[in-house]
Amino acid sequence: MADTLQFDLVAPERRLASYAATEVQIPGAGGDMTAMAGHAPTITTLRPGILRVVHNGETDEYVVSGGFAEITDDGVTVLAEQSLPRAEMTQDVYDDMMVEFRQQYEKAKSNFENEPGPVDDAAKLIADMVAVGTHIGLDPKQSNFG
Amino acid sequence: MPNLKDLKNRISSVKSTRKITQAMQMVAAAKLRRAQDAAEAARPYAERFNAVLAGLASGVGDSETAPKLLAGTGSDDVHLLVVMTAERGLCGGFNSNIARLARVHAKKLQAGGKTVKILTVGKKGRSALKRDLGDHFVGHVDMSDVKRMSYADAQGIAKDVLERFDAGDFDIATIFFSRFENVVTQHPTAQQIIPAQFEEGDADDATLYDYEPGEEEILADLLPRGVATQIFAALLENAASEQGARQSAMDNATRNAGDMIDDLTIEYNRSRQAVITNELIEIISGAEAL
Repeated sequence: MADTLQFDLVAPERRLASYAATEVQIPGAGGDMTAMAGHAPTITTLRPGILRVVHNGETDEYVVSGGFAEITDDGVTVLAEQSLPRAEMTQDVYDDMMVEFRQQYEKAKSNFENEPGPVDDAAKLIADMVAVGTHIGLDPKQSNFG
Repeated sequence: MPNLKDLKNRISSVKSTRKITQAMQMVAAAKLRRAQDAAEAARPYAERFNAVLAGLASGVGDSETAPKLLAGTGSDDVHLLVVMTAERGLCGGFNSNIARLARVHAKKLQAGGKTVKILTVGKKGRSALKRDLGDHFVGHVDMSDVKRMSYADAQGIAKDVLERFDAGDFDIATIFFSRFENVVTQHPTAQQIIPAQFEEGDADDATLYDYEPGEEEILADLLPRGVATQIFAALLENAASEQGARQSAMDNATRNAGDMIDDLTIEYNRSRQAVITNELIEIISGAEAL
């Protein structure tokens, strides 16, 4: 079938998934994009979000926290720093990730007092994570966050 | 000639040593397999990562706005050596080989008038370098609680290194570790990680990519991760090398203990026979004297 592309999801420690897919929806840093066979070769960074892979009429969902994706006309390789199948994303795991992002944010705030760039970036990461949490029905516990 | 009881004690003590070294060898063999699997599983990520990074770097490399992690700070006066060794000994020349390579490197830099700073990972390398380079230590990462190398460990080290770089503490960072070839051969290796270097041919220039956002933004985002990826790969190589070195060292020790037991047993039998002969002579000469 010419209308499938090879989908690989690779984490630093192991290969998480590798199969043929018909479409891959990628949470790109500049906005979501969907890759299908014949896509122009593209490299994009990821924001925290949900990666959807459609194959054989089914949709697999993975939560990714960042990384980048390499799209060629016959394949998509996602190199994610942290990624989990959506089913394994429990409140505990999510809480841990949120704590980490908030620490980064606090640190960015103290390190770069007069440079808004890194602070805004860190704030955006948190906002993205909160959006992911709300989307899949986990509590981002915003109230603990000043 | 030592008496029989002493010999017997020595034989039994060498025998128990052999049991221990044999057990350690088998444990190392099992751990080696796991470490090798881990190193193999991490390869696809590192390979894709480096290919993409190398492609980007060759595009942006010469521009003036290239990130410092790629272009360097413009000087090479202060060097940071990240010396990665094991937390445990009894693995042949593994730790001392890495320490020696780092020491030679440090001496050469010092002779050239450069400042050397050392960050140690794993306590064996720290104690090996303490005597002559102890004044240059700037930090230590303890790995003794880590049972299985995870990417988070590498990220921790990378964060430490990058913070120092951002603070302007050094210009060039080099990591020292042992590259695993097979059970009997491990190569102590020095690899420069900051500024990033790429081997020729790492970049696959066959496809022209669109970049989103721009090339430089992606590069700035990826370079710090590249440091972590390289450190992670080195840690995994190191873990496999350590177990390989330990396995062959313990294999040798087991064989030596076996040889020693054979020698001691011959000596024991000979002295036992001498004692018997002696006794017989005494009895016979006693009987003859009557």
